[in-house]
Amino acid sequence: MKTLLQIENCTVQFGGLKAVSGFDLTIRENELIGLIGPNGAGKTTIFNLITGVYRPTSGEIRFRDRSVVGHPPYKITARGIARTFQNIRLFPSLTVFDNVRAACNLHLRHGISHALWRGPSFDREEREVEKTASELLEIFHLQHLREAPSTGLPYGDQRRLEIVRALATRPKLLLLDEPAAGMNPTEKEELMRLIRFTQEKFGLAVLLVEHDMRVVMGICQRIAVLDHGTKIAEGTPETVRADPKVIEAYLGDTDA
Amino acid sequence: MKHFGPKTWLLIAILASFVISLFEDRINAYFFDIIITIGINIILGVGLNLVTGYAGQFSLGHAGFMAVGAYISAAITVFLGEGFAAALGGGSFGGTTLYLAALVAGGLGAGLVGLLVGVPSLRLKGDYLAIVTLGFGEIIRVVIQNTEVIGGPRGFSLPDRTTTFFWTYLSAAVCVYVVVLLVNSTYGRGFCTVADDEIAAEAMGINTTKYKVIAFVVAAFFAGIAGGLYAHFKMYIHPEGFNFLKSVDIVVIVILGGMGNTPGVIAAAVLLTILPEGLRSVARWEALPEWLQQVAANRMILYSLLLIILMLSRPQGLFTRRSRFRKKKP
Repeated sequence: MKTLLQIENCTVQFGGLKAVSGFDLTIRENELIGLIGPNGAGKTTIFNLITGVYRPTSGEIRFRDRSVVGHPPYKITARGIARTFQNIRLFPSLTVFDNVRAACNLHLRHGISHALWRGPSFDREEREVEKTASELLEIFHLQHLREAPSTGLPYGDQRRLEIVRALATRPKLLLLDEPAAGMNPTEKEELMRLIRFTQEKFGLAVLLVEHDMRVVMGICQRIAVLDHGTKIAEGTPETVRADPKVIEAYLGDTDA
Repeated sequence: MKHFGPKTWLLIAILASFVISLFEDRINAYFFDIIITIGINIILGVGLNLVTGYAGQFSLGHAGFMAVGAYISAAITVFLGEGFAAALGGGSFGGTTLYLAALVAGGLGAGLVGLLVGVPSLRLKGDYLAIVTLGFGEIIRVVIQNTEVIGGPRGFSLPDRTTTFFWTYLSAAVCVYVVVLLVNSTYGRGFCTVADDEIAAEAMGINTTKYKVIAFVVAAFFAGIAGGLYAHFKMYIHPEGFNFLKSVDIVVIVILGGMGNTPGVIAAAVLLTILPEGLRSVARWEALPEWLQQVAANRMILYSLLLIILMLSRPQGLFTRRSRFRKKKP
């Protein structure tokens, strides 16, 4: 499989604090990778690193063989990396449907004059956007809520809507930051199914940060474990689960 | 009722302003003044609403852009007027061409200034942006005050009143058209995402800086047009007329109208223009008891009180932002 994302020896330093140090990770096309670690281990920092919110103090990040270091977040998204947020960040003034449509903005072929003149090509494009958004909402069972204000949704629906919105940018790599947080066991089961389904349907690679071990161990092909900003283990769920360093750092002394 | 497209609505609005303008000279001069001021305030409010309401950037320098437009257009009329008249003939055709050229030049000039101010300052957020734009507005005012060619602190006079009902409301209609159509499109939804959450907007591939600058430039352009209309209506402009308080007036229109709600802002522009004038006539109303006339005579105090009451009872504005959701066709 082709390499999609390559993080080489990345370090992020905030003043005297090394949030991430010497981090390496390779994600290949169509892979589903888990990133786990105790609170404050630097998982979200790595997300922010990949999406351009932070710039690495040193190191290199290549996406589809081209460096993304120093690019603004919106350009990185345009290259094909989309994400969700740990603390949900939907657009509160927009409806569910408009949240998704707003994320289609990226692939518009026309700009301001087009929106003002409203010729036939404008209508065609708006219909395309509507169709894409509708289909995505359908897949995630949110179609019946499309005219509702996004922030009025139940927590689980908001998380799913964030995934829909990220998919609307047509990514090659999807970063999910704790997608199962706040969901009940049934919803988690459903979410795991959906993640696997979308990964296959859209041909995505997925990088998943999650605390729920059942979710991570259940769907990830490979897992990287982070502690105090350094990677302490990487491998299949079985090897990671058996790794004494992981047990010590992440799961404590008790048997997992 | 038949469903009209936005372009049809624009045409209807332009046609309506033309028809009304035919009866322009029958309107009492005092009311006419109020009507034109309403039109100008609609342009200012709706334009600023794109920046403050939709894109969520708090700007306190809108009067500065208005000043740029007013002075550029006035300068063109005064300094180039004779040349124009010689080239095109002094008739109404030449006069109108000059007037429109002056208006558009004022708008473009203000838009350009908006770009120059916007690109560096729109990296700032919230209060910081407000302070920078406030500073900009003051700089413009002081620069004008110290430029002798355009009258400096004495103000600047124009030869003729060329602003008519038609041109004022044509500009207002175009301004409303542009803002409404921009916002109600996939492209324009970008403005709302910037206001809602910049980090999420960037993560969705939206260039937030570009959107902010576009909103700023479009608003500045229309403020410039409004300035030109104002200058050619009053026939006298003074730097103090474009001070900080004028900017605040425009911000109040946007906030009272409901951030990000164009019909609300139009309603607020009408209401806030009429209110102080209405109180003035109440004060002169003989039928009222004298003490009530006395109260109404302190109209600016009353006006401020009414504003406070309005904001307390409807902090979300006359119309809520939510109403934007409703107009999707089934």
